[in-house]
Amino acid sequence: MLYREAGQFKTTYKADSQIFPILQDRVGMMILLSVAAIGVPLFASEYWINAILIPFLIFSLAALGLNFLTGYAGQLSLGSAAFMAVGAFATYNFQLRIEGIPFFLSFILGGLSAASVGILFGLPSLRIKGFYLAVATLAAQFFVVWCLTKFPWFSNNSSSGVISAQTLTLFGFAFDTPISKYLLVLFIVAGLALLGKNLVRSSTGRAWMAVRDMDVAAEVIGIPLMKTKLMAFAISSFYCGIAGALYAYCYLGTVEPDGFSLELSFKILFMVIIGGVGSILGNFLGAGFILLLPIFLDIVLPFISKLLHLPLSNATISYIQLMVFGALIIFFLIVEPHGLARLWQIGKEKLRLWPFPH
Amino acid sequence: MKSIKTSIGASILAAITSLIISYPLSAVAEDQFISIPSYRVGPYGPNGQAFYGGFIDYLNYVNLSEGGVNGVKFAWEECETEYNNAKGVECYERLKSKSGTSKGTAIHTMSTGISYAVLDKSQTDKVPLIMMGYGRTDAVDGSVFPYAFPLVTTYQMQASAIVKFLVQKNGGSLTGKKIVFLYHDSAYGKEPIVALEAESKINHFKLTEIPVAHPGNEQGAQWLKIREENPDYVIFWGWGVMNQTALKAAQKVGFPRDKIIGSWWAGSEEDVIPAGDAAKGYMSATWNVSGKNVPVIADIEKVVYGAGKGNLSDKAKIGTILYNRGVSAAIVTVEADRLAQTKYGKGKVITGDQMRWAFENLNITNARLTTLGATGLLPEIKTSCENHEGSGKIKIQQWDGTKWVLVSDWIEGNKNLIHPLFKASAREYAKEKNITPACLKN
Repeated sequence: MLYREAGQFKTTYKADSQIFPILQDRVGMMILLSVAAIGVPLFASEYWINAILIPFLIFSLAALGLNFLTGYAGQLSLGSAAFMAVGAFATYNFQLRIEGIPFFLSFILGGLSAASVGILFGLPSLRIKGFYLAVATLAAQFFVVWCLTKFPWFSNNSSSGVISAQTLTLFGFAFDTPISKYLLVLFIVAGLALLGKNLVRSSTGRAWMAVRDMDVAAEVIGIPLMKTKLMAFAISSFYCGIAGALYAYCYLGTVEPDGFSLELSFKILFMVIIGGVGSILGNFLGAGFILLLPIFLDIVLPFISKLLHLPLSNATISYIQLMVFGALIIFFLIVEPHGLARLWQIGKEKLRLWPFPH
Repeated sequence: MKSIKTSIGASILAAITSLIISYPLSAVAEDQFISIPSYRVGPYGPNGQAFYGGFIDYLNYVNLSEGGVNGVKFAWEECETEYNNAKGVECYERLKSKSGTSKGTAIHTMSTGISYAVLDKSQTDKVPLIMMGYGRTDAVDGSVFPYAFPLVTTYQMQASAIVKFLVQKNGGSLTGKKIVFLYHDSAYGKEPIVALEAESKINHFKLTEIPVAHPGNEQGAQWLKIREENPDYVIFWGWGVMNQTALKAAQKVGFPRDKIIGSWWAGSEEDVIPAGDAAKGYMSATWNVSGKNVPVIADIEKVVYGAGKGNLSDKAKIGTILYNRGVSAAIVTVEADRLAQTKYGKGKVITGDQMRWAFENLNITNARLTTLGATGLLPEIKTSCENHEGSGKIKIQQWDGTKWVLVSDWIEGNKNLIHPLFKASAREYAKEKNITPACLKN
């Protein structure tokens, strides 16, 4: 009833090709964004901002980066954490070594450094495919972490190899409170997500999808394979690099190369798979699921065990949490193998008809 | 039917949501609330169980035997970090919101990585971050790191003390000897390298550094190299599964275990028992002694476990190195709270900022330790703004196959050599972050 598009006519090409063709979606998006930009800073506690919303946004961005590569261009990658590391360490070095560089410039340079490393490790994709490519990107994962540990220059000769992020300042305003950091992250992530959404609707995105679906056919209709694949690697790594810089500067504050482990790469991959391969919205849903569900269980389970007077120790609760989390992943993958984004889509279809069954 | 299902679902969801929303409000007002970001599962879970078990048991012991400090009882909550940095940050933030007054009192993360990750945050929130025996080690300089305390010993001082022990053992000189430094290739393993390099110049021994990649369950290549080098000693900076692997690998290549000296992270029962007889003779540093013959440990077992409030499900861990270390950490925390109360008002809940003052002005003497029943459990601690470490002393212990036996008295590292290194590193950090070093008054 509420979600019906009857009466909404599109009379121009522009209207037909907008991102949210349905009025309700546009209004919903507006409300969501204003809640995120105005409501959250006003009402959310520091815990919510620092420990939940900021990492959620950052990981959504990293997942978005990987989704370009894996979901749209069909190139499986296990190196996302490495590209994040490149972004973080490059941004740190630009901030450190160039006096008075504006931070957004160093973020962009950090992203570009990640992109160039991405192109380098994307070269094997021209020859190998599928699981073999995944193994090749695994090399990026290990090489980057090794390189950052091996050469102390990257961490400014810190004896521990840990870098600690400088305070970000813009025209004398320092981003040092949780709210200002949150708004910065929100602004960057929302901007890049919008850019990403348009990117996949453009010729670049269509070329990626053509390559994903069948690369020989794509080549036959005139899509340059090399350019398309390397472009996918570059843009994907750029997004991951920016996410890595935000991870270091707006979330943790101090990072070490070992923090960007294979485990983190897998986590990002799982976000993409659970959220929805080849979907922009899916990244946010997937990041929410993988990141927030364990915290949710962590808070709820002790409560339940207290309510029911179960003699559960902290360790047992952690184990139960892992089991429930694993079971839920399997449940969702069985119920909807195309990810949470697909569930959302089905829900929308149903809502259009509601309350009538057909 | 369908609507019933939906409404049940909706009400469950609503109930859970309200639980979550109301959750941070259930703060503890009148007790001294301590945040405990602990780990009991994951690869380092066994270590965390013993440490945090000891920590909580001592808090319980103080509550039971003397009703808290001047009538203020301790309250605490744990949050599982799994030794994972991001989870540690989440735990820190979650626990912080539990008490507006204490903000968590004093944070013991038992993890170098998590400490690094919450270092800035603890500074902003004005709550002391206590890193007993680990790092960030240049936080010894309190004028740059007012809220961070690498108490008792640091990696560098420990490495220096180990060298001193070897010098004593070799009749006063290590000239011409070969020492291999085998380390966990992470922030933890790399910190002592500067100290060892400085020591090798003074004591004229040849230092070879060999890294082991995390997690270190494969060390064949490293030990072959060690056999080729044929060093006089191996100084060993391992953690977790890497420790037992190293001991077994040393046995395999025939390197004598009594020539291997580990750091305190590599010197608990959890490290040597799995290695079996390969561990016999192995030595390690420690900043607290093991065993139940320390009066306070025996008393905890009687009072806390007698009342059925013990934290450990496996009572065999009582008196192990890590258990006693947890007790030691709790003793220092409680003593700081006591000190803060004498300055800021007895019977009051102490804020994080007041705790900071107390940690910077700690003076735990042997006499005080004897009163507490902790004679010889840990070294004396006397801190100041210039010296957040407060001791720098360790003992060397040797595994005889069933228990740790002390083979040295307290050994202090070469402070004149090591502390200037901290100072330089802290200055570098201050420059990077635009901090003007200054000691806080209170």
